Amino acid sequence: MSRNYIKGLVYFSALITFGSLFFIISFILIKGLPHLTPALFSFHYTTTNVSLLPALLTTFMVVGLTLIIATPIGVFTGFYLIEYAEKNNKGVELIRIATDTLAAIPSIVYGLFGMLFFVTFLRFQYSLLAGVLTAVIMVLPLIIRATEESLLSVKDSLRQASFSLGAGKLRTIFKIVLPVAMPGILSGVILASGRVVGETAALMYTMGTSTNLPDSLFSSGRTLALHMYVLSSEGQHVNESYATGVVLILTVLIINALSTYLSSRLTKETTK
Amino acid sequence: MSKVTIKELNLFYGKFQALHNINLPILKNEITAFIGPSGCGKSTLIKSLNRMNDLVEGCTISGEVKMDDENIYAKECNINLLRKRVGMVFQQPNPFPMSIYDNIAYGPRTHGIKNKQIVDELVEKSLRKAAIWEEVKDDLKKNALSLSGGQQQRICIARALAVDPEVLLMDEPTSALDPISTAKIEELVIGLKKDYTLVIVTHNMQQASRISDKTAFFLNGKIIEYDETRKIFTNPKKQETEDYISGRFG
Ligand SMILES: Nc1ncnc2c1ncn2[C@@H]1O[C@H](COP(=O)(O)OP(=O)(O)OP(=O)(O)O)[C@@H](O)[C@H]1O
Ligand SMILES: [Mg+2]
Repeated sequence: MSRNYIKGLVYFSALITFGSLFFIISFILIKGLPHLTPALFSFHYTTTNVSLLPALLTTFMVVGLTLIIATPIGVFTGFYLIEYAEKNNKGVELIRIATDTLAAIPSIVYGLFGMLFFVTFLRFQYSLLAGVLTAVIMVLPLIIRATEESLLSVKDSLRQASFSLGAGKLRTIFKIVLPVAMPGILSGVILASGRVVGETAALMYTMGTSTNLPDSLFSSGRTLALHMYVLSSEGQHVNESYATGVVLILTVLIINALSTYLSSRLTKETTK
Repeated sequence: MSKVTIKELNLFYGKFQALHNINLPILKNEITAFIGPSGCGKSTLIKSLNRMNDLVEGCTISGEVKMDDENIYAKECNINLLRKRVGMVFQQPNPFPMSIYDNIAYGPRTHGIKNKQIVDELVEKSLRKAAIWEEVKDDLKKNALSLSGGQQQRICIARALAVDPEVLLMDEPTSALDPISTAKIEELVIGLKKDYTLVIVTHNMQQASRISDKTAFFLNGKIIEYDETRKIFTNPKKQETEDYISGRFG
């Protein structure tokens, strides 16, 4: 009796989760697809074509630059914490608390910090650079955490086997630990890029909302999510805003599919 | 002749003293067995012979371990070279998650052997010595984790042999294996004696008496008795030894 009850509850929850996802996606597709015209992909934005192409390209720029900076720092920090730092080290405790706290902060706070520090104090103005640096701080905890967790999942007996053969620490890390930890690290990095793609608040206050493709690190620009936000809040181009939403969803889906594919391929290679 | 000589070795994990004034020779081309109840320090002593204890935080050691008259705890001793000379096989088979070939080749490559032909030869030679060549020669590209536990352990032995060690340490190498795999490994270990000096930790009295030449009996971090295996098992001098081998405690 109670078992059926629980079973029903489980199905119901799954239905709600899946149903709402399905609903959101089809809602946006239905509203947006008809308005997905070639004009939306013109290279230059004008107030009549409200092209999303500059925003799409800016998104790739922001994500790319953010990952180029954040991935090495985050991955190396994770490696330091797990492979090098002594276990009872006070500094390690501090870094952990810092990353946990940073991960829980709402993104608008990052936006305000970025504005006060990068935009105003360092005089970067509203710029690609200020946006990217803010995004870097925002995704670092994600990458550090993912790295830490995947390193912890590598069995110590493998490290011991490597040391017992006379391998040094660096070789052990690069040849034994890294390949096993790679899928986990990679999915952390992809999670981070998803976070940047979907970000608005933190970027609005640091990159501004210029409709042009930034031509240098110091010019303003807007990402796709930001573009969509501005379009819909201005109320003039609601249809185009839905069309932009379609492209945004597709981008996220592609990133997710890519991550699933990559990590399953990597896992297969190491544990086949 | 003594290959390794342990002199007045004391070892602490933090404040806890795990080994008390150990003096012991490990004779060349012989098998020395360490026996004793759980927690008496067998693993601790075997790990101090290739300095794996250096990896344990808070572990301090005093005394001397000499290998061919060279103190392995001296400042100028290169740990990586030491571990090349003193190989180790662990209780749980722990092959790397890569192909059989790469598992065996890992050690030689670590020590700078890049030539494909030489590596190929080393892989075959090591697998033969570990009595597993016939079983795996046709699929060296297969992931080592897909093998059975007993096969994995022999891969681990081959991997240790591939760097051409002088001493081979084995910490309960068969305790996770079935009787048939255990018998195979025992036979193989006896065969290795002519080229290597072996130390084996075991909880299995029959195993110790079957394969070892010398036996050291441990209790609470001390060596109670060390002698010819035959004597230890037929005519021990100490009461504690007799109690242990006759199964009265441990
Ligand atoms: N890393 C460590 N830190 C602190 N104490 C340790 C550590 N490793 C072992 N010990 C302690 O040292 C003592 C000896 O341990 P050891 O592992 O050498 O015993 P053993 O004879 O190998 O036992 P077993 O037969 O169960 O493997 C035990 O009391 C154990 O609790
Ligand atoms: Mg042990």
